[in-house]
Amino acid sequence: MVQILDPLLIVALALNFVALGVSRIRAVIHAVALQGILLGVCPLFVHPDIGLRGILLVAVTIGLKGFVIPRFLIHAMREANIQHEVKPVVNYMSSLLLGAAGTGLALVFSYTLPLTAEHAKLLIVPASLSTVWAGFLMLTTRKKAIMQVLGYLLLENGIFMFGLLLLEAMPFLVEIGVLLDLFTGVFVMGIIIHHISREFASISTEHLTELKE
Amino acid sequence: MDTFLHNAIHIALALTLPPLLLGVIAKTKALFAGRVGPPLLQAYYDLIKLVQKGSVFSPTTTWVFRAGPVVGLVTAAMAVLLIPLTNSSAPISFTGDLILLAYLLGLGRFFTASAALDTGSAFEGMGAAREVTFACLAEPAFFLGLLVLAKLSGSLQLAGMLGGALAPHWLTEGASLALVLLSWFVVLLVENARIPFDDPNTHLELTMIHEVMVLDHSGPALGMILYGAALKLFVFGALIVRLAFPLTTGAPWLDWPLFVAEMLAVAALIGVVESTMARLRLTHVPVLLVAACLLSAFGIILLVR
Amino acid sequence: MSEALILLGIVIAGASGFPGLLFGKWSITGQRITTLLAVLGAALGLGGIAVFWTTGDSQPIALPWSIPGAEFRVAVDGLGAIFLTPIFLISLLGNVYGLDYWKQTRHPQNGRKLRLFYGVLTAAMALVVMARNGILFLVGWEIMALAAFFLVTTEDDEEEVRTAGWIYLVATHLATLCLFALFALMRAVSGSFTLVPLQRELAPGTATAVFILALAGFGLKAGIMPLHVWLPSAHAIAPSHVSAIMSGVIIKMGIYGLVRITSLLPDPPAAWGGVVLGLGAVSGVLGVAFAIGQHDLKRLLAYHSIENIGIIVMGLGLALLGRSLGRADWIILGLGGALLHVWNHAVFKALLFLSAGSVIHAVHTRAIDHLGGLAKAMPWTSLSFLIGAVAICGLPPLNGFVSEFLIYLGLFGTLGDGPGGSVAGAALAAPALALIGGLALACFVKAYGAVFLGTARSESAQNAREVPPSMLASMSVLAACCFLIGLAPLLVVPLLGRGISDWAPNLGDAGPRLAVLAPLAWVTTMGLALIGALLLGGALLWLMLPKVLLVQRPTWGCAYAAPTPRMQYTSSSFAQQLVGLFAWALRPRTQQPRTLPLFPQKASFHSVAPDTVLDDAVLPLFRISAWVISKFRVFQRGSIQMYLLYMFVALIALLLWRR
Repeated sequence: MVQILDPLLIVALALNFVALGVSRIRAVIHAVALQGILLGVCPLFVHPDIGLRGILLVAVTIGLKGFVIPRFLIHAMREANIQHEVKPVVNYMSSLLLGAAGTGLALVFSYTLPLTAEHAKLLIVPASLSTVWAGFLMLTTRKKAIMQVLGYLLLENGIFMFGLLLLEAMPFLVEIGVLLDLFTGVFVMGIIIHHISREFASISTEHLTELKE
Repeated sequence: MDTFLHNAIHIALALTLPPLLLGVIAKTKALFAGRVGPPLLQAYYDLIKLVQKGSVFSPTTTWVFRAGPVVGLVTAAMAVLLIPLTNSSAPISFTGDLILLAYLLGLGRFFTASAALDTGSAFEGMGAAREVTFACLAEPAFFLGLLVLAKLSGSLQLAGMLGGALAPHWLTEGASLALVLLSWFVVLLVENARIPFDDPNTHLELTMIHEVMVLDHSGPALGMILYGAALKLFVFGALIVRLAFPLTTGAPWLDWPLFVAEMLAVAALIGVVESTMARLRLTHVPVLLVAACLLSAFGIILLVR
Repeated sequence: MSEALILLGIVIAGASGFPGLLFGKWSITGQRITTLLAVLGAALGLGGIAVFWTTGDSQPIALPWSIPGAEFRVAVDGLGAIFLTPIFLISLLGNVYGLDYWKQTRHPQNGRKLRLFYGVLTAAMALVVMARNGILFLVGWEIMALAAFFLVTTEDDEEEVRTAGWIYLVATHLATLCLFALFALMRAVSGSFTLVPLQRELAPGTATAVFILALAGFGLKAGIMPLHVWLPSAHAIAPSHVSAIMSGVIIKMGIYGLVRITSLLPDPPAAWGGVVLGLGAVSGVLGVAFAIGQHDLKRLLAYHSIENIGIIVMGLGLALLGRSLGRADWIILGLGGALLHVWNHAVFKALLFLSAGSVIHAVHTRAIDHLGGLAKAMPWTSLSFLIGAVAICGLPPLNGFVSEFLIYLGLFGTLGDGPGGSVAGAALAAPALALIGGLALACFVKAYGAVFLGTARSESAQNAREVPPSMLASMSVLAACCFLIGLAPLLVVPLLGRGISDWAPNLGDAGPRLAVLAPLAWVTTMGLALIGALLLGGALLWLMLPKVLLVQRPTWGCAYAAPTPRMQYTSSSFAQQLVGLFAWALRPRTQQPRTLPLFPQKASFHSVAPDTVLDDAVLPLFRISAWVISKFRVFQRGSIQMYLLYMFVALIALLLWRR
C-alpha cells in the first residue's frame, strides 16, 4: 500500500508549485483544496488498519480542507471582488525557483534526520518540509490577504504530512483540534478580508501599514 | 526480411499518419465547441491543394527564405526515422541518437526562424524571437527527461530507453516517469505551438508564434511547412506514446494498429487540452516552461536520491 | 625532425614582421614580403606537426641557457600537437586575410606594427606549447601576452581602444603573477623547473594551492566566467583577424595550460573535477546569456568565446572526475570532446570573426542594429557567417555537433552504475549544455538575421560590396574545415587519442577506444544523409514551384502599404524576452520614453547590457584599492634626502631582522 503514497505525495508537491507559480487566485484555491483532499486520503495508505476514528479523521479532513475552507475562500474572493495577485513581492519565476531550491534542500536535509528505516525510504519528510517552505514563501511574498491565507493553509498541509509519521502516537483529538484551529483562523480571516475590502476598497496588505499610526 | 518489412511499415506510417493527427485535433476541438468541424482528412486536402498553387515571394527575401521550409521538413523527416514506434528499434538507431534527434530539430528551428527574419517583417521577427526563446527553455526540460530514462534503462539509445524496457519501471519508479510524462507533454505543446502556448487558429498576428513566422510563405513552400509541422507533432506524439504506453502485445499485426490508436488518443488529448484551456499570456509562458523543467528535474532527483 | 621543423617555423614567423619595417609607410611590397614569410613560417609549423603525426617522431631538443634553473627544452607530443595546429592554421589564414583587410596603403600608421606583432604572437604561442621548462614557458607566455596587447591596441589613437587594452594588460599580468607562484610551487615540489609529471605524492594543501593557482592563472587567460572581464572589449576593438586569433587561439592557451598542468599532477580529488565542471556550466550559460544582450557584433562573438570555453572546461571537468574515480570512459569522452572543441571553436570562431571583419570592411560599423540585408550584396560572406553560426550552435552536420556529442555522451555516462558509482550532479550538466545550445541558437538567429537578412537599416549597409577574394579564400578554408570535421570525425580520432593518452598515460592508446565509445561512423552517415536529403528537398521545392505563377510582392505588413527598413524587428527586440529572463545576471540598463501625454513627443529607447562582473565587482574593487593605496602617497615626498633616508632605514631593519 505504501507504494501508492509516493505518487500521491509527488502530486501534492507538484501542487505546491502550481500554488507558487499561478496568479489566478481561484486556481490557487483549487490547488490547495486538491492537495488537502490528497493528504486526507494518505492516512488510509500509511495505516491500513486505521479503525473507525481514523476514518472519521479522514472524512473530516477531506471535508474541511477539500470543500468547506475552499468554498469559504471562494466566497471571500467574490466578496472582495478580486481575481489575481497582481504584483507579488517576488515574481512567479523566482518563486518557482525558490520553491524548487527549498524542495531540493528538504530532500538533502531529510537524510540527516534520525528517521526509522521504513520512514526514511518514504517521501513524507521531504514533502512535508518543502510544503511548509512553500507556505512560508506564499506568506511572505504575496500581498493579497487571501493569498496569505492560502499560504497558511499550505503551511498546515505540510505539518499534516509530518503528522502522518506519527499517526499512531498522536491522539486524533490533537489533529482534529489543529484542524479546528485552522478553520477558525480561516473563518476569522474571511471576515477580516470582507471588512478590509469594504473599508479600504482593496485587500492588499500593503495598505495595512497605514494603520500603524 | 522481417526488419525490412518493419522499417517499411515504420516509414510508410510516419509519412502518412501525421496529417491525420491534425485532423483528429481539429475534430476534437469541434466536438467540444458543438460544431461539425472540418473533415478528418482536411490536412491532406490542404497539402494537395497547396502543392498545386502558385507562389508569391517578397523581393526582400533571399535563398534563406526558401531554405527554411526545406530544412524544416527534412529535419523533421529524419527525426521520424530515429523514433522507435513499436518494440523493435527504429530504422536508424545508435548510441546517442537522442542527441541527434534534439539537434536535428534545432537545425530545423534555426532555418525556420532565419527564413522568418529574411522577410524583414516585424511580425515575423516577433514570431521567430518567441519561437527560439521558448525553445531555449523547452530543451532543458526534454534533456532532463532523457536523463531519467537513461538512468532507468541504462541505455543511450532511444530504442532501449522507450517502450518495452520501461514497462517494469512504471511499477517501481512510476512517480519519476509520471513527472517526465507531464513535462514532455508540456514540451510537446510548446514545440508544436499548441494552446496554451500558441493558438494555431488565432487571427491576430501580434499574439502568434509559429503561424506568424510563416506568414509570407505560400504555395508548395507553405505545404512543406505544414507537413513538416505535422511530422514534428508525430515525433513528439510518438515519444509520449512510447513513454506512456510501453506495453505491446509482441505480435506485429496487433502492435501497429495499437500504436496508431494510441497516437490518435494523444492527438485527441491535445484537442481536449486545447478546448479546455485558454492561451497563456506571453509573459507567463516561461513560468510554465520552467515548471516543466522542474518536474523533470524532480524526476531525476527522486531516482538518484 | 618535427621539433626542428616547427622551431624553424617559429623563427621565421617570429621574424616575419621585421623586413616590413625596412620598407616605407606606404609600401605594399613590405606587406607582401611579411605576409609571405609569415605564411611560410606557419606552413613549416604545420608541416612539422604533420611529420609528427605521420611518423610519431619526436626528439626533444634541450639546450643550456644561462638563466639559473632555465633550460631551452622543447618537445612535441600528442597533446601539444593538438594545440599547435590551430596556432599555425589560424595565423596562416589570418595573415592572408590581412592582405586586403589591413592594407598597408590604407593603414600606413599601424599596418607594420600589426604584422610585426602578429608574427611574434604566433611564434610565442607555439613556444608556450612546446616548452618543457617552466621558465621557458613563462618567457613565451609573457611575449605572447605583450604581443597580444600591442595587437589589441593597434588603433591606439582611440580612447575606447586604450581602455580595453589597459584592462587586458592588467588581467594578463594578474594571470602571469599566478603562474609565477604556480611554477615556483611546482619547483619546490619537484626540485627543478622541468615540466615532468610530479612523482612525489603532494601534500593536500600544496595540491590544492597548485590547482587554484592554475585555475586562476590559466582561467584568466581562457576567460572562464567570472575571470573573463578583459575579454569582450579586447575582442571587440581589435582588428578582426586579430580577434580571430585571440578568440580562436590565444584563449586556448589558457586551456592548454590547465590541461598540461593537470596532466602533470597525480590523480586529483573528485572535488576538483566537480568545481571545473560547475565553472564550465556557469561560463557556458552566462557567456551566451551575455552574448544575447549585446548590440555590437564582435562583442557578441566575444561573449560566445566565453560560452565555448565553458563547454571545453565542462569536458575537462568530466575528464578530471573520470581520473579521480577511475572511469576511463569519462576521461576519453570528456577530454576527447574538450580537445575536439578546442579545434572546432578555433575554426568556427575564426570563421565568424573573419566574416564579421568582412562586414566591418564593407559597412564600417559593428552596431548590429545599423546593419541588415547584407546577404544580397555579400552572398559569400553571408554564407560563411551562416556556416559558422550553424557550427557554433552545435547543429549537425557541422563540426560543433561532433564535440558536443562526445561531451553529451560522457555526461550521460555519469548516470550509469560502474566503478566509482554514479555522479548524478555531473549528469545535470547535460541539460545545462542543452540550455547553452538553445540560447546559442537564439543568439545566432538574431545575429545572422539582423546582419544579413531583411533590408538594410542604414545607408552604408545599403551600399555594401562583397570583399576581395583573398579574404573570402581564408574564410572558405575555415568553412571547409567545419564540414570536414563534421562529416569525417573518424579522421581526427587517432589524433585526439594521442592527446588523451598523453594526458592519462595509463589508459594506453585512447584512439580506438574513443571510436568504440562514440558512434562516429553514424555521425558521418547521418551527416551525409542529411546533406543529401536537404539537396533532395531543395530540388523538390524547385520542381514544385510553378514557373508561371511565381509572383513578386512586397513582404506582407498587415496591409500596411509603405513599409520602411526601420519597421523591421531589431536585434534588441529579438533578444528582449531572453534578456528579461536573465536580467538577474545581465542587469540591463534601459532608458524608456514615457508615453503618457496625449500627443507624444519624439522619443527614443535605449538599452545596454554592460558586463556585470566588470562594472559591479572588478571596477569598484579597483577603485577601493586605489583609494587605499593612495594613502601611501605621504611617503612620496619628492626630496632625494627623504628617499635616501628610506633606504637607510630599510637597510638597518633588514640587518636587524637577519641577525
